[in-house]
This record gives sequence, C-alpha cells and structure tokens, in this order.
Amino acid sequence: MKPIIEIKNVGKKYNITHQRVGYITLRDILANIIRSPLQFAKRKAKQITGFAAKEEFWALKDINFSVNEGTVVGIIGPNGAGKSTLLKILTGITPPTEGEIKMRGKVASLLEVGTGFHPELTGRENIFLNGAILGMTRKEIMRKFDEIVSFSGIEKFLDTPVKYYSSGMYVRLAFSVAAHMEPDILLVDEVLAVGDAEFQKKCLGKMEEVTKKSGRTILFVSHNMAAIQSLCKKCILLEKGKIKSMGNTEDVVNQYLSDNTKEGMEKVWSEKERPGNDIVTLISAHLVNREGKTLSYTYSNREVGVEIIYEVKKGGYSPVPNIHIFTNKGEYAFISHADFSPDLDRVGMHKTTAWIPANLLNNGTYAIGIAISTMVPLQIHLYEQEAILFQVIEDLEHTKKHDFNQRIPGVVRPRLEWSLE
Amino acid sequence: MGNKTLTIIRPKKTFSLRDFKELWDYKELLYFFVWRDFKVRYKQTIVGIGWAIFQPFMTMVVFSLFFGKLLKIPSDGIPYPIFVYTGLLFWQFFSSALSETSGTLIANQAIITKVYFPRLILPLSSVATKLVDFAIAAIILAGMMVYYGYTPHLTGFFLIPVLLVITFMASVGGGLFLAAINVKYRDVRFVLPYFIQILLFLTPVIYPASIAGKYSWLLAFNPMMGVIQTARAGLLGATPINWTLVSISFATTAVLLVIGVIYFKKVERYFADIV
Repeated sequence: MKPIIEIKNVGKKYNITHQRVGYITLRDILANIIRSPLQFAKRKAKQITGFAAKEEFWALKDINFSVNEGTVVGIIGPNGAGKSTLLKILTGITPPTEGEIKMRGKVASLLEVGTGFHPELTGRENIFLNGAILGMTRKEIMRKFDEIVSFSGIEKFLDTPVKYYSSGMYVRLAFSVAAHMEPDILLVDEVLAVGDAEFQKKCLGKMEEVTKKSGRTILFVSHNMAAIQSLCKKCILLEKGKIKSMGNTEDVVNQYLSDNTKEGMEKVWSEKERPGNDIVTLISAHLVNREGKTLSYTYSNREVGVEIIYEVKKGGYSPVPNIHIFTNKGEYAFISHADFSPDLDRVGMHKTTAWIPANLLNNGTYAIGIAISTMVPLQIHLYEQEAILFQVIEDLEHTKKHDFNQRIPGVVRPRLEWSLE
Repeated sequence: MGNKTLTIIRPKKTFSLRDFKELWDYKELLYFFVWRDFKVRYKQTIVGIGWAIFQPFMTMVVFSLFFGKLLKIPSDGIPYPIFVYTGLLFWQFFSSALSETSGTLIANQAIITKVYFPRLILPLSSVATKLVDFAIAAIILAGMMVYYGYTPHLTGFFLIPVLLVITFMASVGGGLFLAAINVKYRDVRFVLPYFIQILLFLTPVIYPASIAGKYSWLLAFNPMMGVIQTARAGLLGATPINWTLVSISFATTAVLLVIGVIYFKKVERYFADIV
C-alpha cells in the first residue's frame, strides 16, 4: 500500500526583505521612482537578471519522509526549527519553494483553536462558522452539533456571544468543534498548550480514541513531551530546517532532550581532567534508571538514580560522596550524602548510586552538583557544581492539577497522604 | 475509503479548471462568510437591518434636495428622486463592494494564516454581502416606482439580472485586483475612498449621461455608466434601451474580471507569507 503522505525534497525559502518591520507602501515606491528613476530602473534590472544581492533564509530544506495510514507522527524540535512552517506547507497555507508533497485523503488542519471565531457571535453561531472554516459541511455540523456541545460542556452559554466567555470556555468550545472533524489526515500544531489540564487530558483522550478507532493519520507538533509520548508511535526531530532524526518516539524524544540539556545526562572526565586531589578523584557521573540505562530526563512519577564512579587513592579519610540538586534558577533544592560505612575508606574504584524517589521533584530542569568530602575533620576533596543537567517532565496522565493551568510553583512536588476525619 | 482525494502540493500551481471545482466545493464556506458579515454588522446597530434601507434613502433625499431642487440638474424628464435613486442603488452596490473587497484579505488575515481555503472565497463573499444590501435597498425603489406610477417594460425587468451580473463582475474584478495589491501595499486603502469619490462624478449617477453631449461615448468605457443608464431606460423608460452600450459594458467588465482573477491567482498563494 502506498503511504498516505509522501514528502519529497521539500524546502521553503524566505527572502528576509519580506519580513522587515511594517509594510511597503505604494506611496514610497512611487516617490522613489519619481525621485530617482535611474536608480529604480537599475535595481529592477538587477532583480530581473538575478544579480541583486538577496538575503535568503531557508526555513526548511531537504525534507523527505512518508507516513503510512493510521500512524500518529510527532514533530518536535527547538523554536524556529521549521515545525510550523512544515505544517503550513502541508495544509496549503503557504507553498513550498521546492519539492513535492502527495497526500491521499481528506486533509484537515488545526493550527490554532478557534480560528475565525467572532466575538460578537454566539457560541452556537461560532460552532457553525468555525466548523465551516475547518472544512466541515453544514450537514456534518448539524449532525454532530449535540455531541460538540456536550463535549465542550458549555450548554448554558450556547446563546451568549463568545466575547463574554472566559478564556477557558472559549478554548473548550473551540477544541470541541475541532475534535469532531473527520478527515483522513489531521495536521495539529501546538494546540493543547492552552486550556486546563483536565480538559487537555480529555482532548488527548479524544485524540487517542480517534486514532485507534478509525485509523486516522495525524501529524502532531508539540513541545509537550508527555503528550507526544502518549500519542505518537513515530517522531521526527527537526533542527534548523532539517530533519535531524526520525524513528521510534522514545529514541527521538530522548535525543531531543539530551541535545536540549547540552552537557546532558552523563559526564565522563578524561584521566587528566578528573576533579579531585591525591586522596580521591571523580571519574564519571550518570543519570540512570533501575535497569542501568542512562537517562537524560525523567518523569515526575518515576524514580531516577545518580550514579557516581570515583576512585579512592589514599586510605584514612573515609570520603563521602554527596549530591547537590539545584533548580535552573540556581536555588538549592536539597543535598544528600551516602550513609557512612567502613567500605567508604577502601582504596580503589567505587560505584555508588543515589536514588531520587518518584513524586519528589517538580517538573523542570535541574542541575546536579557532585562533591566528595571527608566529614571529620571537614575537608572538601572535590566539588563539581553542574556535573549533570536533567529534566523532570510532568506526567500528564496521572497529574492531579484539575483546572489549574500553569506549572505548579515549588521546587518539590511530593504526593502527600491526606487523611480525612 | 475507496475513492480518496489526492492532494498534490508543488511550488508552482498552474491555473486550471480544478480551481473552479475547488471553489464549488467550498461554496458553503462562502455562504458562512456572508452570513457572518451580515450577522455581525447588524448585531451592533440599534436600527439593525433598517440601516441598509436608511442609508441609501437618506442619500437620495439629500441628493434630491441639493442636486435636484437647488442645482436643478436635468434628469431626462423623470422626477429627480427616483432618477437619482436608481443610479444610487447600483452605484452603492458597486462602490461599497469595491471598498469592502479591497480590505477583505487584511481583515481576515488571522484566518488566512491558519487555515487553507481558496482565497477567492473572501472577496466573493464581500461582494455577495453587498448584494444582500442591494436587495434590501431595492425595496425602496419598488416603493418609489409605485408612488411615482412607473411600470417597467418586460424587457427592462428582465434586464435587471443582466445588469446585476455586470455590476457583480465589475466589483469582483476590480475588487480582486485591489485586494491583492492591498496585501502588499497597505496604503491603497487610504487612496481608494478618493478614487471612488472621483469615480462617482465620472459616472452618471447624479446627472444623465446626455449632459456630456457628444463626448458621452467616452463614458461608455466606464461599465457602471452602461449599467445605470440601462437601468433607467429599462425601469423608468428614461431613454430607449441602448443595446450597444450594454454589450460594451459587459465586454469591459469581462476583461476587468479576467485581469482581476489572473492577478489574484498569481499572488494568492503568497498571501499567508506577507499579510
């Protein structure tokens, strides 16, 4: 069977002059022609013959991939990598500069929730307008009307102009319309970033239901790694307009996050650079799971280990390894050190792992500092302040945020037991 | 799932019959845009739909007072109010459609950059919205005809749809051109009102074409002159119907429409990059 989406050598070029601030006015152009007709003619001639110096920018270059029917493909990458441009080309909003795309089936796109919503119109009216803009027929909208309304949960405000809606209600209504489209291919841009967590979950659930039941093909751009991982089998990583890697979601996400945390999840010092003194030296530090696999990120509901390998060169000091966790703002999260034991004083290689329990750290980026010191008398043998950087990702599925929309503040986010009497 | 539509996206799209088919596929969106513009416009005004009647009616009263009563502009032997109203009816359809269309892409840029649909829908819906206004304002003309005791000839009556088609083509053709240019050069919309005002005086709305004497043939290249002249001839029997004039008007607007559509299609795909 032929793939449902085929993308061959697609590239998109922008001329920087098009993107300058403000807009070109006819008046300026005419004034220029009258003021210096010769210069204008010269420039025009240069443009036509192609000698003019143009500032070009390739937002996308050499994009090649195909998608089989029923696959949900995630597209990730840093800002400005060309993710949205790719979607805009696929939807036909903007043409590619080169290449060819073939899509077999009805295509619908969702680059924004509530495209074309008019504040003066009521919820009911906007359902029809928005539905039509998204490519639904009037009959289709009428057939699904009740379903859309009950999914959104705004029955009471159906005949109120949407300008009086809260932003949450607005998003609910808009997403409900979008969720009821029935295309073969659905192109989705970061739309789940809005709305409260519970509704996000509902949307994700709806999307999952849709993909599993009807075998819909979805291209999904998102920064939400949890959503990407729960929805997409395959993933494409874009960087600077090119495909950096493509394949199994877990691998690609892993690569992206480890690129993102630069130094990343492990640090191995070469023999000459090893921090320390003639008593103890640090060899390496890794972030690991129980299976011993090196990680670059973790979920808030999973435990993660900091594995430290060091060498004790001289006995009699009992050096104690300890970790110092900082937030990306530089706040101290906590310190932890190994339990004292006679084994610490053994000369030779040591491998120790500190386990950070699940449901302790809040989501965010953290730096781990590693120190090895003798407690009595106090002597710090080494201290690497940012040995490892890693990310804690919110576990969207089991989150207990309900209607709370933003990141919950705080360095830690333990799940406490609450007793009721 | 057997007959799946195949979409092919390439850098350059050639103009083809498929474009018209696509336009047809999106006819419901056209309907919804007209419906939206109409709903929104009349939702905020107290007088609501009455505005569509009030506006041309007041213009007619003012014009009749100044041009008819005070300046005594000739009107081919027809009472000046009904003479000028017939002209105004078509003129306002044309001029308001033209100015509305020219700004439609800018006004809808939020949608243009987020969803694909044939961009032609937008200017078409603007003109169609004005057509609804025309229909409402035409009720007054019918009332005036009864008041002044005019019965149109049968030919005249059947000519109205033809004249509407010409006006429609003229405003779509000109509007497409202006809309496309307006995306690139945003000052066009500031110039346009003056341009339309001047055009009003070049069109026999407030005066009969006969006033221009032997140069009146020059006016024939203005398609709206043919439309208004013929409307007066057909509905009020001001002059005999000039079939040559109707043909010239039709031909000029057809050319205008073709130029407008070609230019619009040429730049259409890049709107999302520059709005």
